[in-house]
Amino acid sequence: MAIKDRMSGNEAVAYAIKQVNPDVMPAFPITPSTEIPQLVSNYIANGEMDTEFIPVESEHSSMSATVGAESAGARSLTATSSCGLALMWEELLVAASNRLPLVLALVNRTLSGPININCDHSDSMGARDTGWIQIYAENNQEAYDNFIQAYPIAEDPRVHLPVMVCQDGFITSHAVQNILLEEDDKVKEFVGEYKPEEFLLNPGKPMAVGPYSVSNYAMEAKYNQEKAMENSGKVILEVAERFKKTFGRGFGFFEEYKTDDAEYIMLIMGSAAGTAKQAVDDLRAKGMKVGVLKLRVFRPFPADEIAKALSGCKAVAIMDRTESYNGHGGPLSSEVPAALFRNKVNIEAVSYIYGLAGRDFMVETAYEIFEELRDVVENGKKVKQHRYIGLRTREEQ
Amino acid sequence: MAGYNLKEVMSKPERLTPGHRMCAGCGGTIAVRAVLRALHEGDYAVIGNATGCLEVSSFMYPYTAWTDSYVHNAFENAGATLSGVETAYKALKKRGRLPEDAQFKFITFGGDGGTYDIGFQSLSGAMERGHDMVYVCYDNGAYMNTGIQRSSATPRFADTTTTPVGKESTGKMQSRKDLAAIIADHDVPYVAQTTFTKDFKDIHLKSEKAIYTEGAAFLNVMAPCPRGWRYDTADIMKVCQLGIDTCYWPMFEVDHGKWTLTYEPKKKLPIEDFLREQGRFKHLFKPGNEHLIEQFQQEVDRRWEDLLYKCSR
Repeated sequence: MAIKDRMSGNEAVAYAIKQVNPDVMPAFPITPSTEIPQLVSNYIANGEMDTEFIPVESEHSSMSATVGAESAGARSLTATSSCGLALMWEELLVAASNRLPLVLALVNRTLSGPININCDHSDSMGARDTGWIQIYAENNQEAYDNFIQAYPIAEDPRVHLPVMVCQDGFITSHAVQNILLEEDDKVKEFVGEYKPEEFLLNPGKPMAVGPYSVSNYAMEAKYNQEKAMENSGKVILEVAERFKKTFGRGFGFFEEYKTDDAEYIMLIMGSAAGTAKQAVDDLRAKGMKVGVLKLRVFRPFPADEIAKALSGCKAVAIMDRTESYNGHGGPLSSEVPAALFRNKVNIEAVSYIYGLAGRDFMVETAYEIFEELRDVVENGKKVKQHRYIGLRTREEQ
Repeated sequence: MAGYNLKEVMSKPERLTPGHRMCAGCGGTIAVRAVLRALHEGDYAVIGNATGCLEVSSFMYPYTAWTDSYVHNAFENAGATLSGVETAYKALKKRGRLPEDAQFKFITFGGDGGTYDIGFQSLSGAMERGHDMVYVCYDNGAYMNTGIQRSSATPRFADTTTTPVGKESTGKMQSRKDLAAIIADHDVPYVAQTTFTKDFKDIHLKSEKAIYTEGAAFLNVMAPCPRGWRYDTADIMKVCQLGIDTCYWPMFEVDHGKWTLTYEPKKKLPIEDFLREQGRFKHLFKPGNEHLIEQFQQEVDRRWEDLLYKCSR
């Protein structure tokens, strides 16, 4: 039986780590993910788990040591946020290209500058092309559930890629919510034993990791890595299906909230999806047909599935919690319209930037966005693409 | 020092096999082979490597010259990477996932660029945490892989591609960092500085001690680079001998805090004997530059005196 409890997102992920009891965890403190290594250290100190913890001297070293440990044949992980992720950027690429199935518990926080400790998605979005699977959570329960699914996805022989399990800094990581925790033995059974095929510490079967590769070979390595990312979609769904059978909670690439007959849909990731759902409930009570598409899996990007899910609506609001500084929108507002275009789905799409560096996303703001979409469709209102919402001063139109 | 038999040691199977692409006469590979000869037969090893000449020339896909497990990660993180491997060993042993009798040793190699400079933090962290591993710096005194740029291991006045000698320049302006002393100050169980001598006894015994002393160990090996130093390739042993006889490269060890000189020249030679062999110091022998050699000598003397003091305590 699942156990009812109350926990913050950080506590939920640390609890999942305790249950999985991986072999090695190097980590370095950074707000707001610091609690995760702290809680793990406490579990170890109290004999509740026996993972080998390495208190490294930087995030570059935490990912370097994680790469070393995973290559050696140990199930490994680390946790970080923001600048910590930026410092380990080089190593993110090494982990993925060496096809190491390690896991990173990421607590999303904005990147400098100005230095700020609050949530946006600029850290993980900055690492979106490093070859990692990225899964985002709306709340503590999803952070917990996603972590439990991470190793089965990463370690699948069809995948062999690292997984970033993301939750929103403070909003999810520090806010205490109700949660259903699963029993230890069931979690361990779901995750299974780690049995790598090749590893450094295999006596009598030496292995070499991290070659120099000339142009005659390197491109194939990159192609195979992309193929693994493509394969991972199927595996993510299989693992989600098994999770549903075992624990009763279902997951897909995204969650469709009241989208069946929706004319206007907000596409959003992370904790703000909860706010968007509230707005949908309120507007539906007034007779407006609106819905939310909450993206859970950003890498691999489920382009065709998103296009299909949006094909029946009249307009979509694409919500980016990060800036790309490219002059025309955030990452979602580049990738979603591309998916629509490829699939010949011709609907209105407006890109919004919200919630940077911890700026609140309010239900009222979501109302306005839905109303603006309606205005665009019904009255032909011309709106600026790449709109900033929630600024202190009104954006120049 | 008893029990060292040159013939026996040299007859051991090579753990870095021929066929790699390092330059003929490269000091780096001589250092690697000398260190690996100190591994006891039957012991497994995982070899780490910072990016550099050694890595790109010994593990070029799909070939490897390493007979042991080997991991290259990046330029600046050989210390952290091997600390992860060593911790994995602890974890897997503890959990019964490795055969009881399988003993692994952990040795990582880095050039001076990857060790003194960009990998310094990672090295310091790994040493301070006390992982049971040996970090071996093959110190050739510059970034040789990218074409002889200065590092903090480059001696003063050396002509490198980023400290070129010219009308307004006499080469590198700073003296080299004393890395072995810095790592000794981390209070690790074993630190030693060595190079190649005719019988390879010093490097062999220090390597064995480093590998089989529990905890973190550091070896600093002067490994001349014929391209960067511009001496006649065949003269590497002569250059090394002059390095130690001029006290430019003293050989010592720090065993659990105790400093010991392992070689004292019968007659301390003037530094110009070492410098004269090398094209990177050619400008020092131009008339009018005598004072530069004098400054170099003063620096060598000061450091030598300091070392003698440490070893006398």
